[in-house]
Amino acid sequence: MSKANADIEALIDLMARLPGLGPRSARRAVLHMIKKRALLMTPLADVLQNVAATARECLTCGNIAGSDTCDICASDKRATGEICVVEDVADLWAMERASVFKGRYHVLGGTLSALDAVGPEDLGIPRLIARVAAENITEVILAVGATVDGQTTAHYISGELEGRCTVTSLAQGVPIGGELDYLDDGTITAALKARKTF
Amino acid sequence: MAIDWREHGTLLTLRRHGENAAIVEAFTRDRGRHAGIVRGGTSRRLAPHLQPGAVLDLHWRARLEDHLGSFAVEPLRARAPAVLGDKLALAGLNAVTGLLAFALPEREPHPDLFDRSEALLDSLHESSWAHAYLLWELALLEELGHALDLSVCAVSGMTEGLAYVSPRTGRAVSKIGAGDWSDRLLPLPPCLLGEVPEDTSEILAGLRTTGHFLETQLAHHLGRPLPPARGRYVVALSRA
Repeated sequence: MSKANADIEALIDLMARLPGLGPRSARRAVLHMIKKRALLMTPLADVLQNVAATARECLTCGNIAGSDTCDICASDKRATGEICVVEDVADLWAMERASVFKGRYHVLGGTLSALDAVGPEDLGIPRLIARVAAENITEVILAVGATVDGQTTAHYISGELEGRCTVTSLAQGVPIGGELDYLDDGTITAALKARKTF
Repeated sequence: MAIDWREHGTLLTLRRHGENAAIVEAFTRDRGRHAGIVRGGTSRRLAPHLQPGAVLDLHWRARLEDHLGSFAVEPLRARAPAVLGDKLALAGLNAVTGLLAFALPEREPHPDLFDRSEALLDSLHESSWAHAYLLWELALLEELGHALDLSVCAVSGMTEGLAYVSPRTGRAVSKIGAGDWSDRLLPLPPCLLGEVPEDTSEILAGLRTTGHFLETQLAHHLGRPLPPARGRYVVALSRA
């Protein structure tokens, strides 16, 4: 195999490791990039190199940023006295896409687990408690998953923050566009419990 | 020819495997703790049903008996949704499923413990649950070969006035038999002998004793620390 072919195979192998891609789709993507070299491949290579050099975790909230402090933590407009606690950076990005929350975030990077030795320190919970005092936080919104591990983590954080600020959590229930027939028992139970006057 | 079986079981743990699959461990009556891959186990359709404590109809298939095999699962009954908002009940669910996943040997049936665990998980909201959990821990120790002998005093042979447990042998010791050694012994509250507890502190004293043997006998034997979920339940109970 020539060097060029070996490089292309290596690229396909790497692409195939990405979420949502397999060997076949990676092959198609690489072929497409080679065909659109100037339009896609060269700019993509440049951007990848830049991101690899600069991307890091925000030291305050755990978001992915280009410097030690992310744009959200650096912005004075986001100092609303509210912190939204999420499990993962993907959840933070989902919240930001909705453009509803105007405060700051705290990324846990996981959840407490019944079996695994993932403790509060691993999730940056002491750092969250320190932030509540240092940033004059009045409300912490727990936006963790409605799973056993997610809610165990939520209860733990709520206990640790007792008396320091208001702790709220996202509502659970019927999603927009959802039909009751397709919902699991747990969601229907949660929705019924959280019903409100119409 | 493929090997397969079908049985109801309670989900203990789930770990992501690849992009969409999950390795699930379930506790079944006839086959004990059994693992298998669930294809699509982290999908939007299945993931909400695959929470610890869920009762599943499990169809296990493998080419050979000692293969990991795969599960086709049909959710039958969820337990988690009813307790997600209740800190103590959720901690209890985690402690039971966590200890079972930690302690049970794979593919070894424990039908009595299964029946007892099912009854315990079905009564998570009952006010007497903490006491039932304490007695379940005693049963777990017994089932796995670390039974405590709480029937008679190891020193005097008396069956009355039992107040302590020897941390080394797991045998009961009476107040008279303990003498000056009482501060070195573990508490034996009446609720550990099956009596109705007067308050939570009595149950916590019992959990201190069972916790000692879970730690020094069971966990030591397995060479791993106890799952943190057990400690979190004790903390949640002490704050309740």
